[in-house]
Amino acid sequence: MTALIEARDVVKSFGQTPALRGATVAVQPGEILAVMGPSGSGKSTLLHCLAGILTPDHGEVWFAGQRLDTLGENPRSDLRRDRFGFVFQSGQLVPELTAEENVALPLLLSGTRRKPALAQARPWFERLGLHGLEDRRSGELSGGQAQRVALARGLVAQPEILFADEPTGSLDSVSGEQVMSLLTRAAHDHGTTVILVTHDARVAAYADREVIVRDGQVTTLTGASPAPARGTAQ
Amino acid sequence: MSVPLTLLGLLEREPSHGYDLKRDYDTYFGRGKPLPYGQVYATLSRLARDGKAIAGPAEHGEGPDRKTYTITPAGIEDVQHWLAEPIPPEPHLQTVLFTKVVLAIMLGRPADQYLDAQRAAHLQRMRELTDLKEHGDLMDTLLADHGLYHLEADLRWIDHTAARLDALAKAVQQ
Repeated sequence: MTALIEARDVVKSFGQTPALRGATVAVQPGEILAVMGPSGSGKSTLLHCLAGILTPDHGEVWFAGQRLDTLGENPRSDLRRDRFGFVFQSGQLVPELTAEENVALPLLLSGTRRKPALAQARPWFERLGLHGLEDRRSGELSGGQAQRVALARGLVAQPEILFADEPTGSLDSVSGEQVMSLLTRAAHDHGTTVILVTHDARVAAYADREVIVRDGQVTTLTGASPAPARGTAQ
Repeated sequence: MSVPLTLLGLLEREPSHGYDLKRDYDTYFGRGKPLPYGQVYATLSRLARDGKAIAGPAEHGEGPDRKTYTITPAGIEDVQHWLAEPIPPEPHLQTVLFTKVVLAIMLGRPADQYLDAQRAAHLQRMRELTDLKEHGDLMDTLLADHGLYHLEADLRWIDHTAARLDALAKAVQQ
């Protein structure tokens, strides 16, 4: 199968500090990939290079058969707005907007008119257990609620890829599991590819596959023993 | 899991047939490993022999054993003692994985690769348990959580050890 998005031997430094030293990874359409690794290993930098937020110093990034790293800032920005979705550690909701307006924001920025954008945003509140919170502002939401609003915002425009950087990092374990469960179900329902950066193995366990970033390079884990049949938790 | 004490505990609720005990055991505790009938009846016979339960007269009906078992005061005392006694926390000071890592370093073999293989196996199991949580009931969720937290602790040890392999090699080679 052809990868939907791919980093090929990507090198990225910040000043004299190397963050990626030849990172290579390919993600298939519809796949949920967890990118794990210790702090400072380069996993968020890899995510930002894949998403076209950062441009590599060397190497290539491909998305849907198109070279991403050589695109100009404007087409990359269009791509991020129209075909990618994002969820970060703390929701980063716009405090002046209501929850519903926050969810509708990617649609509004893409030129959808306000009424249809809000109409498209509304079903996500029911779906993510946020019914009744549409008119609240971010300061009136709990951490878990705000993160679910951010998740709805990341998915409302039905992006081809959702980039999630420690999406449960600021949540307690129960809220974090709710967010991950909703994220993976919504992604599977829509066939959305997800690239999930996390240091938390319990979060990574929601993914289909995981890679580890160490010292700026990507290690794909192999050699797992055959696992016991499902449904035999003891 | 102590099958005799669990069956005795189920029996403390009310006098029951072996069939009822097996059904409840499988529902709450079996989780994919049903208790064989033979083991249920053998266990009940032993409990009766040891004075922990009393077998009623055989009843007419389907199946090989239609006796009603009733728990005795000695059986109740055993259940109470078992429930109140904490399970010994296992220190895991000499795990197989630890032995493998040290031995690999002694033999000049790639301990980091062995740790990665173990990490992959752990993550695969965590995915299965997470899937069980996603599609199971509350019982499944709590059981899966128990497994997940233990696996997570192992993974943290693997991470920690992987980061200290050089220091470990020096210590082993001294």
